[in-house]
Amino acid sequence: MTAIPALAVEDLSVEFRTRSGVVKVLEHVGFSVDKGETVALVGESGSGKSVTAFAVMGILDAAGKVTSGRAMFGGSDLLALSERDLAEQRGRELSMIFQNPRTALNPIRRVGRQIADVLVRHGGATRNDAPQAAIAMLKKVRIPDPERRAEAYPFELSGGMCQRIMIAIALACRPALLIADEPTTGLDVTTQAVIMDLIGELAGESGMATIFITHDLALAAEYCDRIVVMHAGHIVEAAPGRALFDHARHPYSAKLLAATPGETVSLEALASIPGGLPDLRRPDLPPCRYSGRCERRTEACDQPLPQRIVGDHHVVACWNPL
Amino acid sequence: MMLPLLRHARYVLSENPVTGLAFGLFALFMVAALFGPLLAPYDPLQSNAAMALKPPSAAHWFGTDQLGRDIFSRVLVATRLDLTIAFASVILAFMLGALSGVAAGYFGGWTDQIVGRLADTIMAFPLFVLAMGIVAALGNEVINIVIATAIINFPLYARVARAEANVRREAGFVEAARLSGNGETRVLLGHILPNIMPIMMVQMSLTMGYAILNAAGLSFIGLGVRPPDAEWGIMVAEGANFIQSGEWWIALFPGAALMLAVFCFNLLGDGLRDIIDPRMRT
Amino acid sequence: MLNLLLSRLATAIPSIVGVVVVTFMLTRLLPGDPAAYFAGLAASPQAIAEIRTKLGLDKSLPEQFVAYVGDLLQGNLGNSLSTGQPVVTEIATRLPASAELTLFALIVAVGIAIPLGVLAAVKQGTWVDHLCRIVTTAGVSLPVFFTGLLLAYVFYYLLQWAPAPTGRLDIFLSPPPDITGFYLIDSLLSGNLETFWSALRQLALPAISMAIFSLAPLARMTRGSMLAVLGSDFIRTARASGLSPRTVVFTYAFRNAVLPVITTLGMVFSFLLGANVLVETVFAWPGIGLYAVNALITSDYAPVQGFVLTMAVLYVTLNLTIDFVYGLVDPRVRLES
Repeated sequence: MTAIPALAVEDLSVEFRTRSGVVKVLEHVGFSVDKGETVALVGESGSGKSVTAFAVMGILDAAGKVTSGRAMFGGSDLLALSERDLAEQRGRELSMIFQNPRTALNPIRRVGRQIADVLVRHGGATRNDAPQAAIAMLKKVRIPDPERRAEAYPFELSGGMCQRIMIAIALACRPALLIADEPTTGLDVTTQAVIMDLIGELAGESGMATIFITHDLALAAEYCDRIVVMHAGHIVEAAPGRALFDHARHPYSAKLLAATPGETVSLEALASIPGGLPDLRRPDLPPCRYSGRCERRTEACDQPLPQRIVGDHHVVACWNPL
Repeated sequence: MMLPLLRHARYVLSENPVTGLAFGLFALFMVAALFGPLLAPYDPLQSNAAMALKPPSAAHWFGTDQLGRDIFSRVLVATRLDLTIAFASVILAFMLGALSGVAAGYFGGWTDQIVGRLADTIMAFPLFVLAMGIVAALGNEVINIVIATAIINFPLYARVARAEANVRREAGFVEAARLSGNGETRVLLGHILPNIMPIMMVQMSLTMGYAILNAAGLSFIGLGVRPPDAEWGIMVAEGANFIQSGEWWIALFPGAALMLAVFCFNLLGDGLRDIIDPRMRT
Repeated sequence: MLNLLLSRLATAIPSIVGVVVVTFMLTRLLPGDPAAYFAGLAASPQAIAEIRTKLGLDKSLPEQFVAYVGDLLQGNLGNSLSTGQPVVTEIATRLPASAELTLFALIVAVGIAIPLGVLAAVKQGTWVDHLCRIVTTAGVSLPVFFTGLLLAYVFYYLLQWAPAPTGRLDIFLSPPPDITGFYLIDSLLSGNLETFWSALRQLALPAISMAIFSLAPLARMTRGSMLAVLGSDFIRTARASGLSPRTVVFTYAFRNAVLPVITTLGMVFSFLLGANVLVETVFAWPGIGLYAVNALITSDYAPVQGFVLTMAVLYVTLNLTIDFVYGLVDPRVRLES
């Protein structure tokens, strides 16, 4: 497989400046997504999944700063683009959908208008035909009675409906890359599946690359080609979904898998991961940020992290992999 | 409990030196209020026709008014009256508001209804206008300015106290006090009221500036304080007649003192709020 | 929409009842003999007794209250002692002057405060933000009558840019035909630019004094609300969709941020209506505030009572309007009622 990656993130580091010091939120993060491929970013909250996405999109908070790295996309480095050029790309070439769809939509603007805004901005439609184009998008994300729903405000719609609207906004201009940040959090289980299927289907239709951010390994395995596991701002393991489920090599991935209720795992076997995330403000962070919680820790772990290729597209950052 | 608060206070002060300035000003006003009559170079009521309407000079730093009285002495001496009116009204508003608000929040039901309705009714008036009406009705006395200012501030205190008491009604320490055999009144006064004191203190310093403005406004239109007493509002009113002929100092100095006092208390209120309750910061 | 209006009206009724009760109580709180007070200082015992019967003060309190409400319903606020005219008429002729001043001041305040607040939020931590902080803290600290005097001294006495601080119009001009009662509007309607210019010059200083005083809560609220909205999820969505900074700040953030500011207008009006009295005194502005102050000085009580009542009813009506407008602007309120 030598497909051209739609997005290649290399050596991405991000810091947050807070009152209590500088937090190294991301360190040397690198991964890529091919055209038509779906990659999951998995990890517990605080592992840096969303920050990675925000950095790529250029929508970090003012306190966040990219200190190194590149994000190659369509021949240019997103991290080096001016805010102006990046804004041109956002919503047209790369899009993002968020968790909590009900708060992620403008509460006092009709949803049809919100879709139309994006279309007009990126030249997908003129002011005059934008309302019709917005309704067409609503149809595409299978919203019943789209003409009437276009006139609705977010508070009049259910969470699942709002997430469909978000998807319509994100996909309105047929982007080459979609980042879905926990798109099903807060939705009920049946709606979750419907939304995931919808994203998968629309992505497949247009050959779009998708990054799916979740803390739910089972969901990731079901919908994604590859899984990237993050822990405390590091990528600890990257592997095809099946390979990771069959044989996770990083101790953290293994623990995460064991904590995931699946068809084969009974609830009693759920293991919780000991300890918490390390304090990322510490100046003397060990090279392996998992070492404090790790049962397989040895002296070798004090050396800089390795990138061990342990299988086809399977990389692990560990001196003592399973 | 005290030590972290002090450390936090030092942090807030270093973050915001303006609050430090406000504390300095406050000290200055306190000195003027306490020792004003002793420090004043002239008798504030002593008129001297020969010296009428003289601009500021070495002998009369702030100049003299139409009766030849020394404005510096009058501004200095007026501090006590102005601050006393403001303090008294704020304390009265606090007592009325905190007690009824705490009772409303704690007991709920009809107590809550009555206090709420009372507060709403007061808030239905433009506050300064209501204060005018009250002083006019009660009579043109200084004490009535205090009462009027307290009444128009009452809803603020009652609402804050009500909300705070309501939150704490089910709190652990209240439950504990109740279980250890305290009567309702005792729980209310002995446990809930002290607990909401910090927030009420912030409220008091935030409304202090408004109380000074309000009292001075009332005496500016001739309510409450009567000549020849020295009070900033009435001194500005006297000076107003001379602005059009260019004798600016008669109105300027008492007006500036007034402004500085209000400014000081507003900054102090903001600073105190940051120290006691950083969440409320905007 | 009718539902919204009716539900808002319903909330105003207890306020109006409260206002009527309080104003009634104020007249009965008079220390000593209210009849003597209403009759004025120089009244003979006979005149006082006459007033007492006329005001019904010899009846029981409930009866007096009924009579009071009856009078109010007929639009009777009593007569002024010094002029002998019905208070209602006098207030009605003076109201436009106060309304023009207050509304103009509000427009000036909103025109400065909202852009300032928005800028301070968008450029948080920069000099604009600090300027906003200083302006808002200083603004509420300035006694409005003192600001008025300072402005009059600087712009009238020193620079001679402004006309003498007396009244609504240059004394050599005659007022425009009475259409709305607002000189600015009436002079334009009758095409008299000279009168318009003069009215505007007279209005400028008192309106600015009041605007400075009421700027602070508006600017503070705009800044806070704008900051909260800029940090919200849907702004992140808008940015992630590549919408231009203009669209993000104005169409998305500002329209949401302005909603809480509308609610603040209630408090601002409370400030403005109070400040109105003081500013009218300073600038000899022939409105109801000055009318009330003059009545206070001569112990003429009926105009004062009428003034307090008028102001309160006005304020309740303004709050009602603000509530209603809020309901119209915010779809969440509009569609749910």
